[in-house]
Amino acid sequence: MDAENRKILIEAINIKGYYYLPRGCVHAVDGCALKLYEGEIIGIAGESGCGKSTFGKLIMGYNKPPLRLVDGSVKMDGVNIYDLPWKERKKFWGSFIAMIPQYSMNSLTPTHKVQALIIDAINEKIGSTISKEEVIERAKRRFEELGLSPNVLEMYPFELSGGMKQRAVIAISSLLNPKVLIADEPTSALDVSTQRRLLELLYYIVKREIVKSMIVISHDIASLRQICDYMYIMYAGKIMEGGPTEKMISYPLHPYTKLLLNTVVTIDPETRKRRLEGIPGVPPQLIEPPIGCRFSERCPYAIDRCKREEPQFSEAEPERFVACWLI
Amino acid sequence: MRDDLLRVEHLTKIFTTGFIISGERIAAVDDVSFECKSGEVIGLIGESGSGKTTIARLILKLLIPTSGQIYFRDQEIWTMPNSKYYRYVQGVFQDPYSSINPVYRVKHLFDNTFNLLKEVSKNELSHRVNEVLEMVHLKPEEVLKKHVDELSGGELQRILLANCLLVDPEVILADEPTSMIDASMRVIVLNILKNLSEKQKKLIIFITHDISQAFYICDRILVMYKGKIVEQGSTEQVVLKPQHPYTQRLIADVPKLKQKWKIENV
Repeated sequence: MDAENRKILIEAINIKGYYYLPRGCVHAVDGCALKLYEGEIIGIAGESGCGKSTFGKLIMGYNKPPLRLVDGSVKMDGVNIYDLPWKERKKFWGSFIAMIPQYSMNSLTPTHKVQALIIDAINEKIGSTISKEEVIERAKRRFEELGLSPNVLEMYPFELSGGMKQRAVIAISSLLNPKVLIADEPTSALDVSTQRRLLELLYYIVKREIVKSMIVISHDIASLRQICDYMYIMYAGKIMEGGPTEKMISYPLHPYTKLLLNTVVTIDPETRKRRLEGIPGVPPQLIEPPIGCRFSERCPYAIDRCKREEPQFSEAEPERFVACWLI
Repeated sequence: MRDDLLRVEHLTKIFTTGFIISGERIAAVDDVSFECKSGEVIGLIGESGSGKTTIARLILKLLIPTSGQIYFRDQEIWTMPNSKYYRYVQGVFQDPYSSINPVYRVKHLFDNTFNLLKEVSKNELSHRVNEVLEMVHLKPEEVLKKHVDELSGGELQRILLANCLLVDPEVILADEPTSMIDASMRVIVLNILKNLSEKQKKLIIFITHDISQAFYICDRILVMYKGKIVEQGSTEQVVLKPQHPYTQRLIADVPKLKQKWKIENV
């Protein structure tokens, strides 16, 4: 697809989001950029604590204390969401951009029927401009589209299986027909078959244009690889590499991506023949992040410059971006 | 004398819910038999609810079986005193938060473990603690004085593994031991388990729903479905040429790095 002719839905530029905590200021997201085109599924991969969930929140425009946006902007439909007051932003949430937070399947109140939760959520979003009956009617249609029986509306959350809950959450978050859906770790705590069905469902709702595009945040590269067109790899608050999925998997550019892909255990016959290697060491403290490249301490290829200067996130090949002095 | 270290014979565990008459009986483990030798890594795989954790709990004497026997070196485990049994058999669980008392520091956990190892001197013990913590890539001086809530799930899981290694058991039941550990460290932990079986001839029973992890370290795999073992064999045989339809589906659904799913119904 020609990049020039595609419509950009979200453009995040140089996002810096810090957590201001009593023990110091955590540089959780430190200068990340992202472009989301229409019809695209983007994956953000990284290990725990790398700032991927925080980045997701900041893309939404959700900078509640202690999280503060220090720099950068997020353009949605040409409007910088951070120029808007909180009240105006709320109008974007649900109708332009929606998020399925991590563990959201456990957030369904156990004492309320699913339909009561839906009515509650919609009222919170758009007041009482549409009637209860219409909300239920819409929910029924969306549930059917996502392969859930409308009877689920009459059930309590504990009557649903993990996969059904996750589907219900997706249905609820897409009820106001947002253009962009952000899914944060959608498949954690699901077993493989349920996980596959869920990933296929996410793929399906973009291809069927129930939502226009999607950002999936996950630590599981093998899962992201199945549905994402484009992937970003994050480490210690920085994006290390961004590129089309196929290219990144077949020849990663950044040393971190290379090592990370090497740690993925798969059921290829060759996996058993050799010893896989982890990445020794731990990610740096983000209260006082290192001056140079954040991966330099663990990087086996690091040169002097890596420890002194920070590499810029720049285009290495068409559509492929990387932050490394060695490329 | 048989050469197996641990033998499970016709093990059944039935959970009853509700009252005696209206109650429902669920066979979490249904007539399961298998045996394992020293130096083996056995993978017990299946979806959630297939009964794999129940087996681990039965072997660890945390549950009383409804019927069937478990033998450790030809001795029925319920005839062995706990203090003796737990010297030989130890477990690492999937939820580290519920395995450690949050009130105390990590050091306290290790101190408690010492009580099990009465004959070892204090000096030697602190030396051993440092050794096992370094084995799982943790810094003893940092970790020991911390509380549970100051550590990440991955760190806790590694602490539990270290604690288990301190006892130096013959059998390690690892129930989803890497569920909270990051990819870069996961392989390191899997390699530790693999080394324990290869170099120290420990028996590792590795319980997981992640077939790729089992494929990487196990010698043999038992596939469980609704409390029964539906397929077993060498790892290559089970994963690369699965016979049972359930195993086939399970393996088809594992996301692979080099291969993309064909997503239909679009």
